[in-house]
Amino acid sequence: MLALLDTVIQGVLLGGLYALFALGLSLIFGIMRLVNLAHGDLIVLAAFVIFALAKALGLNSFGALVLAAPVLFGFGYALQHFVLNRTLGRDILPPLLVTFGLSIIIQNGLLEAFSADTKRLSAGALETASVSLLPGLAVGVMPLLTLASAVGVIFALNYLFYRTPIGRAFRATSDDPEIAQLMGIDNRRIFALAMAVAMVVTAIAALYLGTRANFDPSIGPARLLYAFEAVIIGGLGSFWGTLAGGIIIGVAQTVGAHINAEWQILAGHLAFLAVLVLRPRGLFPRAVD
Amino acid sequence: MVLLETTDLVAFYRDFQALFGIDTRLNEGETVAIIGANGAGKSTYLKAVAGLLPSEPGSVYFGGKPIGALGAAEIMRLGIALVPEGRRLFPSLTVEENLLIGAHGRAVPGPWSIEAIYALFPVLKQRRHQSSTTLSGGEQQMAAIGRALMSNPRLLLCDEISLGLAPIVIRDIYQVLPRIKAGGTSMILVEQDIVQAMKVADRVYCFQEGRVSLSGSPSALTREQIHAAYFGT
Repeated sequence: MLALLDTVIQGVLLGGLYALFALGLSLIFGIMRLVNLAHGDLIVLAAFVIFALAKALGLNSFGALVLAAPVLFGFGYALQHFVLNRTLGRDILPPLLVTFGLSIIIQNGLLEAFSADTKRLSAGALETASVSLLPGLAVGVMPLLTLASAVGVIFALNYLFYRTPIGRAFRATSDDPEIAQLMGIDNRRIFALAMAVAMVVTAIAALYLGTRANFDPSIGPARLLYAFEAVIIGGLGSFWGTLAGGIIIGVAQTVGAHINAEWQILAGHLAFLAVLVLRPRGLFPRAVD
Repeated sequence: MVLLETTDLVAFYRDFQALFGIDTRLNEGETVAIIGANGAGKSTYLKAVAGLLPSEPGSVYFGGKPIGALGAAEIMRLGIALVPEGRRLFPSLTVEENLLIGAHGRAVPGPWSIEAIYALFPVLKQRRHQSSTTLSGGEQQMAAIGRALMSNPRLLLCDEISLGLAPIVIRDIYQVLPRIKAGGTSMILVEQDIVQAMKVADRVYCFQEGRVSLSGSPSALTREQIHAAYFGT
């Protein structure tokens, strides 16, 4: 019984990581209906930026994240402004093709710059620290921090979206981009700001990706898959739904692994399929999509 | 003083030409009505003026400045606000947020503030925390007009504000137009409801198949002239 409880708790904590992967994707899709096939690679890129900054400046990973966040904010703004805004329109194919191409460019660029060797971000003593919940049941501090960060990011995004003028502009642009222009909102700038914010969220996801496991330039697409599944399970455009989606995949994976180690990944995908069959619009769809 | 002038204004929806050389003029403080049958080009004209449809740079002048090449957001910041056909409030925003976002790109002092809008349409204050989707058609139209006024525009463009509303609601909405005009805002009303439009307009343009078929002061135009210009008979 304790083992099953432990399995579920580990799954919930793993769900925090998947939610962090997915939040940037959810934000971008929610505002500009852009399906970003390079999202997983952008997470890996952010992990390498943190890695490079930590190494060059002798910082720990958390300190490097503080420096990487504004850099990636600027990168996201520029990426949207100079590249992705040009692909947006009635036809959904150009953004798919361009972000697919971007995914390949990022992977190969990282291979060129950092080689195919696996890397890891150091979290120091936190990597092995744990908290005892019950006799015989302990959870790692890093997984706890991951989930707490996901919850913190969701609170921050909800504050940004529902308590600030720029959040109002985000939602208005998402609702009706044509009429939003009549409010004096420059859609292209709003999209660029949204991508910039998404890249900061991506940087936080990258910190936990790199401190919890090894990474290399090729692992982006698998992260994209988990992110997609979490977003779709949660219901497009809902941040809390995205967390729920991440947790469902995480719990399914750890329970699957508990039954048979080979079933870990498959169990997550089966949970995704089950939700799609039962609730095709996800668990918490927005009233208006 | 001339506030808005269009000269040989043409507009297209892809390959389809909807306007064929429209010449119009609006003086500061004036209310102009644009009437015409469905498909005459009235809404297209407003979209072209508001920047939602591209037009030639020199075909639209606002306050003496060419605005034909500007986008909708830039034109709004200059002081042109559009109440779009079908209201098109933002469904994920509350009523109050819908009003506040009206001033997003142009927060200038003037007669219209959120309190002034609530005084004009008291029902909106009662419903300010509700989703805009829960409003009745008339209330939505009030919110759409209030949203446009929040930027204290020099020119208010109203696209079919009576469409789909009950006669009593139309009357209520048309009753506030003189108060908007008294605040110094010029207006262009696109309407199929000729009677209502003629009551509040200083001048009228009738459109037919993308061209101006008649213009003049409502008192100077005869019923037969309007009938002929409207239906092309």
